[in-house]
Amino acid sequence: MNKKKVRMQNGITYGIVVGCWILVQIMDKTGHMTSLLRGILVPLCMYSILAISLNLTVGILGELSLGHAGFMCVGAFSGAFFTKCMENVLPNLQVRFFLAILIGAAMAGVCGILIGIPVLRLKGDYLAIVTLAFGEIIKNLINVMYIGLDQNGFHFSIKDTMSLGMDETGVVIIKGAQGITGTPKASTFLIAVALLLITLLIVLNLIHSRAGRAIMSIRDNRIAAESIGINITKYKLMAFSISAALAGVAGVLYAHNLSTLAATPKNFGYNMSIMILVFVVLGGLGNIRGSMIAAVILTLLPELLRGLNDYRMLIYAIVLIVMMLFNSSPKAIELRSVLMERFKKGKEPAAKEEA
Amino acid sequence: MRKFVGLGLAAALAFSLTACGGGDSADSGSKEAAAGNDAAAETTTAAGNESNDAALAAEGGAFKIGVIGPLTGPAAAYGIAVQNGVDLAIKEINAAGGVNGAVLEMNSQDDEHDPEKSVNAYNTLKDWEMQMLVGAVTSKPCIAVAAESANDNLFQITPSGSAVECAAPENVFRVCFADPAQGTASAQYIGEHKLGSKIAIIYDSSTEYSSGIRESFVAEAANQGLEIVADEAFTADTNTDFSVQLDKAKDAGADLVFMPIYYQEASVILKQASDKEFAPVFFGVDGMDGILSVENFDTSLAEGVMLLTPFSATEEGSKAFTDAYMAAYGIEPNQFAADAYDAVYAIKAAAEEAGISPDMDASAICDAMKTAMTEITIDGLTGEGMTWDAAGETGKAPKAVKIVNGVYEMQ
Repeated sequence: MNKKKVRMQNGITYGIVVGCWILVQIMDKTGHMTSLLRGILVPLCMYSILAISLNLTVGILGELSLGHAGFMCVGAFSGAFFTKCMENVLPNLQVRFFLAILIGAAMAGVCGILIGIPVLRLKGDYLAIVTLAFGEIIKNLINVMYIGLDQNGFHFSIKDTMSLGMDETGVVIIKGAQGITGTPKASTFLIAVALLLITLLIVLNLIHSRAGRAIMSIRDNRIAAESIGINITKYKLMAFSISAALAGVAGVLYAHNLSTLAATPKNFGYNMSIMILVFVVLGGLGNIRGSMIAAVILTLLPELLRGLNDYRMLIYAIVLIVMMLFNSSPKAIELRSVLMERFKKGKEPAAKEEA
Repeated sequence: MRKFVGLGLAAALAFSLTACGGGDSADSGSKEAAAGNDAAAETTTAAGNESNDAALAAEGGAFKIGVIGPLTGPAAAYGIAVQNGVDLAIKEINAAGGVNGAVLEMNSQDDEHDPEKSVNAYNTLKDWEMQMLVGAVTSKPCIAVAAESANDNLFQITPSGSAVECAAPENVFRVCFADPAQGTASAQYIGEHKLGSKIAIIYDSSTEYSSGIRESFVAEAANQGLEIVADEAFTADTNTDFSVQLDKAKDAGADLVFMPIYYQEASVILKQASDKEFAPVFFGVDGMDGILSVENFDTSLAEGVMLLTPFSATEEGSKAFTDAYMAAYGIEPNQFAADAYDAVYAIKAAAEEAGISPDMDASAICDAMKTAMTEITIDGLTGEGMTWDAAGETGKAPKAVKIVNGVYEMQ
């Protein structure tokens, strides 16, 4: 009975994604797509993946992480680095991109494990601060990193491009604060939707598996979980590193959607981490479908408000506050349930009449 | 758990707010922020004027010109200046009869100085059926937009995207100098005029603008026989105290300090150098333009500072522009506004050369404009006899100015 319900709920979540994809295809064929919408499709999928993956840490594992953009950054740079390096070795862009996604996910996952081992011993706010610091470290490391490639192999420096000491065949791949320029645009909506579905598949299956229940038991009562023999460190690390790897995938998508990639405070700083956390909190902790929808709404909103010119960001902030209140304040929940009941009552007599 | 998350979120929010506040005051002075607000108010009036232009367009049609730049956030001062510059030029051109009998119409979109948002802005403008693009204002967003416009074959001219890659696609032209060109030109100028032989460099390693100029300066300095005795970096996080860098420069006996940085930091350096009684020649690039308008800065400290800049508001040739700009937007124009103004006049000249009309599609306009751009010569605010090569780079001589008695004096 319960299993059936879960399966239906998951089905709805997948259905929404597939439905959106079909809708976009129809709009595209009938010429109803605007350039803005077409351009924003990949970011929408990317932010959804980020929100879902962070929900695994925050909602399911119950640990507050503020360094999610750091993992995304790792994924973005390792993925873009790979596609740039292999330009001559692997001329097929699709293959390169596919490998880049795997590499980005693996690198971010490894970082997740490395960070997770010491950090997951901390709880609550302490963990949040440490992950915040991690995100900043990654960003600053990349900003001083210079990597070049010539016929003799890779050259590395943390000073400037001249100290790389390359010969005339050399190409600078990562150029400090300027990052990586000229990444091919390989992210398409189809790939992005496929990755989103895979992310959903991984996360939803994990939640409803034995491991997922163990993870949630740690969230709900750590002592009780420990007492029945659940390996806390193992399951915590598992959730944390999967979440990091999925963020890495989103990073690779990001890097291959723009021709320029630099670790600025705007795209990989704590602002971004908090933005993703906002998606998760607005969508509901532990609610995968909700975080996906919240990510889509909050990414679309500033673009749709462009008509308001200078008041755009102000309105965006107000809408965000109103949405948060509507979604989570106890009064609003009460009001919503009252309205819901009235709606149902109004419907019942109508249904009876019909019968 | 919810309580924890709530608490953490509140703390994080407070942290980010204070951080944002700090960043703002460092990036643009409060005076400029206020000026930005004024300009923003002007924008709304400008938007109102658009409908007038549209009515005017009935006879000859209208060229739709898109503008992309940061209109909000810490870099907003640049974006708003460009928006104003374009607006002013378009109004002048329309009043004088337009281009090939057609008027110009402007639509500016905010990119928040973020490559991702700039692509969204670009796509919004495409939905508006933009035919030519002035922008993006800042380098990184410009690179991202250039890749998109190259894909669509849409004519793009950036007023101020100075990173090399900004003008890499063949449909993109630029009004300002590329970063390496500024560094090379500075080294050549210093070498030719024998301004110094022991050079200290203080630069911001966290911006590509500064590190790009420094790199080409160092490369060219060797050819000019300049000896670099100190090469000191700072980052956006440490841009309030420069005593370490200045001490090193002083101990190394530098007689010229090259500062490829923005004027905010430069004003702090000048103040601290005077406290240390360290008085070499200070040499800056176009980012130094604006140093005389820094609030609470004793402008006598800037006496004798030299900078390489394409534009000076007090110069004779730009007087008409400065007056018109001041009257329309209430602030003194900076080089971003001048670059944007020149960009629109370059579009006008090239459009007349190519003989394009508004009913052509963007791709056909781009093809015609690409050739026409290499054939025109215009006398702009940022240089006389400006020409462009097929790579999109402008050929103009940088002007060096020296601050004497609180005003720029041409060298």
